[in-house]
Amino acid sequence: MTDISTQVQPPVETPEKVRNQWWDVWEQFRSHKGAMAGLIFLIFITLFCMLGPVVWDVDPGKLDIRNKDVRPIYTAIWDGDAKTSWARPMGTDHLGRDIMSNIMQGGRISLAVGWTAMILAILIGTLVGVLSGYFRRLDWALMRFTDLVLSLPLLPLLLVMMLLFRDPLRAAFGPENGIFILIVFGIGITSWMQTARIVRGDVMALKEREFVLAARSIGTPPRRMITRHVLPNVLSPIMVSATLGLATAIITESALSFLGLGFPSDFPTWGKILFDSVDRMTAFPERVLWPGLAISLTVLAVNYIGDGLRDALDPRIRGL
Amino acid sequence: MLNYTIRRLVLSIPTLLFIALVIFLLLELAPGDPMGSMPLTIPDDVKQRMREALGLGEPWYTRFYLWLYQFFIVEPQYWIDGAFGTNFANDAQRIISFQSRSPVFDTIAERLPQTLWVVGMSYVVGVAIALPIGIISAYKQYSVFDQAGTFVSMIGFSVPPFFSGVLVIVIFSVQLGWLPSIYDTTHEVVDWQTFKYQLQQMIMPVMVLALQTTAQVSRYMRASMLDNLGQDYVRTARAKGMTESVVVMRHVLRNSMIPVVTVIALGIPSIFGGAIITEQVFKVNGLGQLLIIALQGNDIPMVMTITFLLAVLIVMMNLIADILYGVLDPRIRYD
Repeated sequence: MTDISTQVQPPVETPEKVRNQWWDVWEQFRSHKGAMAGLIFLIFITLFCMLGPVVWDVDPGKLDIRNKDVRPIYTAIWDGDAKTSWARPMGTDHLGRDIMSNIMQGGRISLAVGWTAMILAILIGTLVGVLSGYFRRLDWALMRFTDLVLSLPLLPLLLVMMLLFRDPLRAAFGPENGIFILIVFGIGITSWMQTARIVRGDVMALKEREFVLAARSIGTPPRRMITRHVLPNVLSPIMVSATLGLATAIITESALSFLGLGFPSDFPTWGKILFDSVDRMTAFPERVLWPGLAISLTVLAVNYIGDGLRDALDPRIRGL
Repeated sequence: MLNYTIRRLVLSIPTLLFIALVIFLLLELAPGDPMGSMPLTIPDDVKQRMREALGLGEPWYTRFYLWLYQFFIVEPQYWIDGAFGTNFANDAQRIISFQSRSPVFDTIAERLPQTLWVVGMSYVVGVAIALPIGIISAYKQYSVFDQAGTFVSMIGFSVPPFFSGVLVIVIFSVQLGWLPSIYDTTHEVVDWQTFKYQLQQMIMPVMVLALQTTAQVSRYMRASMLDNLGQDYVRTARAKGMTESVVVMRHVLRNSMIPVVTVIALGIPSIFGGAIITEQVFKVNGLGQLLIIALQGNDIPMVMTITFLLAVLIVMMNLIADILYGVLDPRIRYD
């Protein structure tokens, strides 16, 4: 920044525009086309699921046998005889439930599971990473523990957990909340390890820096040291692994639903709708296509956002 | 190096024991009763005796010890007997599935070839596609090919196998009718015609799994090549007048393969996990499907054994990756 001011020689009367770090990051992020497209799509799909039901107030669980198996409206373009209806733009399933409102409702659940599980995984990962990077005494035990968890076969164990704790949690918190807690908790405690390793490495490198020494020499206690000096400086790797975590959480939830071990039936998520439609995909391929596209495009968007964030948060690339 | 290998091998024993304990205790909490599917007309005391016959009456540590004993002592004895016609096992009790009442390892041995064929083939195909993509992407950085490669691997990361699998079934089996949608494991290859059918039914599951592998390995290959292409020794090789193909394919590629080989080794266990879903999509009756069925039927010995075998695979592959890294890169010393 000093280079720029010496080159340009700004007139004294125009006060230099205050630049803060996050504004710089945003500027760099905006120049990444894929990341911007991803962000726009993520905002769009979130609004579609959150605000969609307000506009399109069809009950996703309402059975309407008379209007079952309605094809999506665009089928009429190449097949005039197909059963289509403007009242059901994306068609209905074999019980006459509206597919569009199901996808909105399913998206709410899928996104909610993804975000909460990601936040849980990041919290555990950051805690373990900071503790083991900062306190040498804890390092050995915590890293051995991380290695152990990494060598567990996670998908089978997740499936086992789903089966085992499904009924107790359902009894305790109700059918929907119980499964929600179980899935979020299961994904959270099986995906924190990468974050912990990355954070630990960065914290160990930070500890050798002069500003940490300076802070310690004026008597900063460890607790404040971590919150004021260490955590803000490891924020960027945490944010990047958060985007990756969101993507994997959405995929894992859908995979569990697809294996029939996720949410109960009549409780749609994207993976569940996909799973229920597989049996009839020969006659109604669109029912598989829409939820699958929703999952894939959301995850693709999140991955591109992660890519852009990684570039934007790296000060060596920023400003080129 | 040998010293290090032995130390790691010894260290992996407590790791595996701990993992076995974790899996066992998790299954121990299972509320499901293997007697749940028995007719209600069976009197309670008979049910109790049946439970004891399954070994469920003992405390958990006895059963854990028994399982360990059967897994590590009895089962290998049976393998040796089967291979050499000896009689070490002496009719000792094997690990028995609750569902089929047959030895767990017999069922696994039946299912393993299907999984190995599909999973192994997909891994080989995936790596074979990924390596050239990674090399060309790095050599022509930011070219159209590189952009396309990045996009394809982004898709590989983002499209889950249960969607890509269903999608290719809809396109190639339903719409075009070129390929069968269900994997027929009873199919035997005897002549050219049956070989063609085998190829046809393998293409889709293999390609769906290979897409995931390709996405990951090509990224690593590209990054590793880029690291090496900027090194001084590359400039030296060019200054000596080596042709471009020798510089890239001999000097750079060999050095870039070191981290990639370890990534390939580390990826093998996760592809087995991915196969659970792909087998479900294409109805391959392999190990993944066996695991799902065993889970739904509360078949604890089966679930325990398959899960533990996967854990053994992970631990062994970690070990192999570390050792390979040391063997391939003389700068790395573990002492």
